Amino acid sequence: MEDVWSVAVSVFQVWMFVVVFLIMLPAMFGLSLGVTGVYIQVLVKILKWATVRIQRGREEQPSVPVPLPNGIIEREGGSMEEEMTLTQRHSGSDIAGAEFSLSDALYFYKKGLESIADDQVTQRFSSEELASWNLLTRTNQNFHYISLRLTVIWGLGVFVRYGILFPFRITLAIIGLSWLIIGTTLIGYLPESSVKTWLSELIHLTCYRICARGLSATINYHHRENKPQKGGICVANHTTPIDIVILANDGCYAMVGQIHGGLMGVMQKSMVRSCPHVWFERSEMKDRHTVTSRLRDHVAAKTKLPILIFPEGTCINNTSVMMFKKGSFEIGGTIHPVTIKYDPRFGDAFWNSGKYNMVSYLLRMMTSWAIVVNVWYLPPMTIQDGEDAAQFANRVKSAIAQQGGLLDLDWDGGLKRGKVKDSLKEEQQKKYSSFITGHNNRDTED
Amino acid sequence: MGSSRSRMDDIPHAQQLIHETDFSAAHLLRLHQRFKLLDKYQTGELRPRDFGAIPALALNPIGDRIIGAFFSPGQETLDFPSFVRILAHFRPTDPNRSRDGTQQELANSRTRKLKFAFQLYDQDGDGKISRAELLQVLRAMLETQVVEEQLQSIAERAIQEADLDKDDAISFDEFRRSLEKVNIDHKMSIRFLK
Repeated sequence: MEDVWSVAVSVFQVWMFVVVFLIMLPAMFGLSLGVTGVYIQVLVKILKWATVRIQRGREEQPSVPVPLPNGIIEREGGSMEEEMTLTQRHSGSDIAGAEFSLSDALYFYKKGLESIADDQVTQRFSSEELASWNLLTRTNQNFHYISLRLTVIWGLGVFVRYGILFPFRITLAIIGLSWLIIGTTLIGYLPESSVKTWLSELIHLTCYRICARGLSATINYHHRENKPQKGGICVANHTTPIDIVILANDGCYAMVGQIHGGLMGVMQKSMVRSCPHVWFERSEMKDRHTVTSRLRDHVAAKTKLPILIFPEGTCINNTSVMMFKKGSFEIGGTIHPVTIKYDPRFGDAFWNSGKYNMVSYLLRMMTSWAIVVNVWYLPPMTIQDGEDAAQFANRVKSAIAQQGGLLDLDWDGGLKRGKVKDSLKEEQQKKYSSFITGHNNRDTED
Repeated sequence: MGSSRSRMDDIPHAQQLIHETDFSAAHLLRLHQRFKLLDKYQTGELRPRDFGAIPALALNPIGDRIIGAFFSPGQETLDFPSFVRILAHFRPTDPNRSRDGTQQELANSRTRKLKFAFQLYDQDGDGKISRAELLQVLRAMLETQVVEEQLQSIAERAIQEADLDKDDAISFDEFRRSLEKVNIDHKMSIRFLK
């Protein structure tokens, strides 16, 4: 019995030694031992090999279909006007009289069927399809047995991810979060001073770095000269709550959000003690004026940390950027756009909040291969003369989408849960009626 | 799961469907995936509200009618084979098939497409598009944008032009005749990628 106990104790000691000295301390100083880098390189090689193997397997088994990267259907045909005019010319009857044609409805019919077969929005609320299997069970397509070697590697992968990586990551996450809570609470007792600010930044950075290691995250920052400054507003596309960890690894931000209960609430309360985050009560969130004015005050005090906002309002699957809510752009101040792009080969970062709750999502994250992210800091933007908040929002959105190679959509992310506004349907009707009555006007002029 | 893929074994009567509709196996798998994506709560069947959740369809003026085309009267659920069969109407007509004379049976023949379009108007299925039915479609497409009198006059004109036997309604033959010169294949086809 005692032998077992002493063995367990020494294993635990080794464990803690590794965690503290090889991971925690470097994290505090922002250093990296390079282990993750090597790991990623090895992974890339393995995945490349797997891709080739799968492709070869596909050629040998022609019944297995190839995934189509650009959707199921080919959308052709022009705008409403072009399609309908085509009819008129074909019918050949006196054009002056032919306003409405029975075939006009076919245009809407076809558009409707097209959207049933494949539409731009529904797919954004579920995980991105991969071009090739990345040896994770969860992204498995047609688990046809392709080769023994592939299956063995997959099995090894399961063992490595669940048996070795996962315990490490959980430990780190727990350490990181508790350190955050304890550290910020302690600092909260200090009087306001530059020392306090410096300490607070150190604590925040360290904890986020530990958390990042807890996810085996490799983050590549580009254009750091454009990093958000104090008194500015940082705006980014939203894929997952982990976005916050990713961004906070490189700088300190003032978070904005609703006060939650439970563990999150404890974190929020302690964080705000050491530096000014902007937390709202649930009731306050509904009142746009309260929200805007509080944010405005924060920004006006030029010495406060930049605010971090995700204007999409909800998580999208990182293949596109959806409509930015204009509220964030009405606050004033300089906007610092940031693009965040996850590499889907190493793990699916998208949080499908309808399907998974926070805990199961984090567990999935911790059992993926790794998280590899590219973060681009874009040059700051301000609202131009003659531009309203909505147009400004669109301009920023396009810049972010372009940098990350994401599709720029005008659809509202709120469609994840809500319905389409009636006004959009009216727009379609308006277009059609102007087409018809346009013809009518031509009649009367003749 | 990530985007859950489909397997041929998941699809009931796959071979029969392929034969009937002329979709390829790859198409069928893709459609099955799409079916599962729309079937939010994994019930195995689609309901009108699942279609209503597609934003592009919700803002289509005749969106409700299109959804209605998938569900026979009284039917509240749609299974995968029916889903595929209806979409098959919109496959492009294959010119090479017209030789062997069996084209009439194919889902995507010109006649079948026209029949499908006819049913869009003829909601009560009596084989004729009445003035009231025509007005309904017009109202859906134009709603608040034109006044009632204009709607009436547009409907009047359309009926006068198409109604050859002067029974104040448009039969399927009259419908077909009035769309003689229209390239139905272009207007009612969706190209599915290989």
